[in-house]
Amino acid sequence: MRVAVQEEAFELGAVAEDFAQANNSAGAIVTFTGIVRDAPQGGLVAMEIEHYPGMTLKALNEIAQTAMERWSLADALVIHRYGRLAPGEQIMMVATAARHRKDAFEAAEYLMDYLKSRAPFWKKEILNDGATDWVAARGADEDALNRW
Amino acid sequence: MEVLYFAWVRERIGLPRERVETSATTVADLVRELCAREDRYAAAFADLSAVRVALDQELSDFDAPLQGVREVAFFPPMTGG
Repeated sequence: MRVAVQEEAFELGAVAEDFAQANNSAGAIVTFTGIVRDAPQGGLVAMEIEHYPGMTLKALNEIAQTAMERWSLADALVIHRYGRLAPGEQIMMVATAARHRKDAFEAAEYLMDYLKSRAPFWKKEILNDGATDWVAARGADEDALNRW
Repeated sequence: MEVLYFAWVRERIGLPRERVETSATTVADLVRELCAREDRYAAAFADLSAVRVALDQELSDFDAPLQGVREVAFFPPMTGG
């Protein structure tokens, strides 16, 4: 299991390949990648991601550890970036390895749901007219935790 | 204790962290003390349903006691992922 909080970009292909190689007896591997998308009204110049350095790694480790135990995962990986990102850049990724795909998919969804609402990151949209907008948490994201 | 602010809470208060000497016994007491200090705190804490709190880097709530706590952080609901 590995979690990382970093400013620099990651090579999705290389990271996914390494994860697959390290878990080549697992049977099922799922990866998910989050990408910076345009603002609802368009005109996004950048997404600034702030985090709480003292708490972030701790929170990610707890979330990943819970997933490892609950779905008997062979391995789990979480990478989450912070700082100023351009549209189209990769924000974060998760990868899970399990004997069967159901566990790998479910654990990846669990990781995503908890990263959304329980990992101390905040996103601010920088628009081309100079306006800035903190992305609001959605009620649906909080509700999504209840299914676990 | 150290008090930290993130995202728009930080922007409204105008600083990322500060040392606060307080005799507040709960988070809610601390918030009341801060709000009484200056308008910018009152502005940041105007709607507590939009603010979350962590005590020593664990998510907590406004009723929680502050005894033994070294670090309090206030921030909006998280938007990771």
